[in-house]
Amino acid sequence: MSATLATTAIPGGARDPSVAQSLSRRRHRANVIVKTLCVLATAVGLIFLVAILGTLLWLGFSGLRLGVFTEMTKPPGSGGGLLNAIAGSLIQTIIGTAIGTPIGLMVGTYLSEYAKGTYLGNAVRFVSDVLLSAPSILIGLFVYEVFVEPFGGFSGIAGCVALAVIVIPIVVRTTEDMLNLIPTALREAAVALGAPKWKSIVFVCYPAALSGIATGVLLAIARVAGETAPLLFTSLGNLNWSLDMSAPMSSLPVTIYQYAGSPFEDWVQLAWVGALLITFGVLALNIMARVVLRPRG
Amino acid sequence: MLGDKIFAGIATACGVLVLVILSAIIISLFVGGLPAFRAFGPGFLTNTDWDPVKQVYGAAVPIYGTLITAVLAILLAVPLAFGIAFYLTELAPQWFRQPVGTAIELLAAVPSIIYGMWGFFIIVPIMGDYVQPFLIDTLGEVPLIGALFQGPAFGTGILTSALILAIMILPFIAATMRDVFLTVPGVFKESAYGVGCTTWEVMRSIVLPYTRASVVGGVMLGLGRALGETMAVTFVIGNTNRISTSLFGPGNTIASIVALEFPESPAGSLKLSSLLALGFLLFVISFIVLAISRFLLRTKVTK
Repeated sequence: MSATLATTAIPGGARDPSVAQSLSRRRHRANVIVKTLCVLATAVGLIFLVAILGTLLWLGFSGLRLGVFTEMTKPPGSGGGLLNAIAGSLIQTIIGTAIGTPIGLMVGTYLSEYAKGTYLGNAVRFVSDVLLSAPSILIGLFVYEVFVEPFGGFSGIAGCVALAVIVIPIVVRTTEDMLNLIPTALREAAVALGAPKWKSIVFVCYPAALSGIATGVLLAIARVAGETAPLLFTSLGNLNWSLDMSAPMSSLPVTIYQYAGSPFEDWVQLAWVGALLITFGVLALNIMARVVLRPRG
Repeated sequence: MLGDKIFAGIATACGVLVLVILSAIIISLFVGGLPAFRAFGPGFLTNTDWDPVKQVYGAAVPIYGTLITAVLAILLAVPLAFGIAFYLTELAPQWFRQPVGTAIELLAAVPSIIYGMWGFFIIVPIMGDYVQPFLIDTLGEVPLIGALFQGPAFGTGILTSALILAIMILPFIAATMRDVFLTVPGVFKESAYGVGCTTWEVMRSIVLPYTRASVVGGVMLGLGRALGETMAVTFVIGNTNRISTSLFGPGNTIASIVALEFPESPAGSLKLSSLLALGFLLFVISFIVLAISRFLLRTKVTK
């Protein structure tokens, strides 16, 4: 690579006009080829997005009717909707986020305000980042081992716990990043007024970082709303209406998984509708998160 | 300052809780897998059987499937991701960067079950009807690598799984690469342009060498995702406990076998223990990959 640069930069090569010209042509041809390939790569990436969304609209929209939101899942051939799955998903996502967010917020605070440069802080940051990308199916297995098996079987609350474990590292990441962006002068001003450290964090730093933290929470909701693998081993899924948190609970992703793999046409159709709902819900949350973050850059 | 002490105490406790969760994941998977490790010994890693009738379980096939699909996915995704990151940082007109970047990031937000379903109903037929027969007719005839592209074209299998995985991890790698490319100081690039370099030469001789470690870190991050992906793979890999020489052959991965076999594994059974042992192995593999990724990315992307 540096050889190319050297030959082109040394005037010796340029003394022979034909050599210089062919060299220049070759360099610019390579440039054009790579540029074209990059445009193509971006086009391919966008085509995937359009293809997935298009398929969902095409196959999901045709099955969208009011019954999807008002009826329970029913045996194949008898219609039915996704009401129990939608309700179960909403409940588990909300409770899971409600458990995970305060913990993640405190961990982020700890990393940014208390543990800068300490050994423990670095360990927590590293582990949290690893958890952020850890396979979610293993979090399901983990909750199964420590929660489901010892405490009497599959339950909605176990599903919430699994989702909370996924929420924590996402909130940690954004909270720490946002608190780090807050100027020290702001904290010093609070301290100068005689505020104890916790008050300066809660009443000065949190409000200043609010949009960033809200972004993290929205992204966390979007992430866990579509999680399937951890729920397979925790809340299991339920084809009946159930709001009992200690019983197996239905969820949209698990229902999609069961229905999409079934040989019944109406179940597959419902799976597409569910897929459409969940994808556009998740994408809407993502776009909302971006809009929330924008005013503060 | 009692309030301060309490607040700091809660914050520290939550920080420690994260460490506890990780340790608890490792320990619970290991303890759960212990009966299987005891029953099969080190042979668990090399045994290719998965036989519920004879109660013999081995990890070799799922481990092979996990690694081969993830590596193939990386091979497919990295060139595309690089192209996208290059386009977004150097080539695209300024007003176009934000919308395209957002679109690529939205691809990362689509839940994995949607990729699985889409792959199963859309990509599998395309692979089976067009791509695989084409590859069998062309590459299948080539000596040495021909064996990789033979066999019946079902549409499912290792290659299809790798393709779906590649689409899934593409946005993660592309976004990381874009972010690290943006960390290159403008003066470096400007001086290269100043001596007459083309855009591609600036990328190859300035940007890539400057960001090499972080780029590898981004790739490892994608690899970590691909290793543990469950739903997308389960739909399209064919779920057969067999190592086939052809990339069109069916197989399984640790995550897919756990998801599929779990419902038929009663609590306390040797089968469940084997699944937990597989989970432990997956955790070890992805932990190593993610740790390397974090280490490489630490210097550049920490904001």
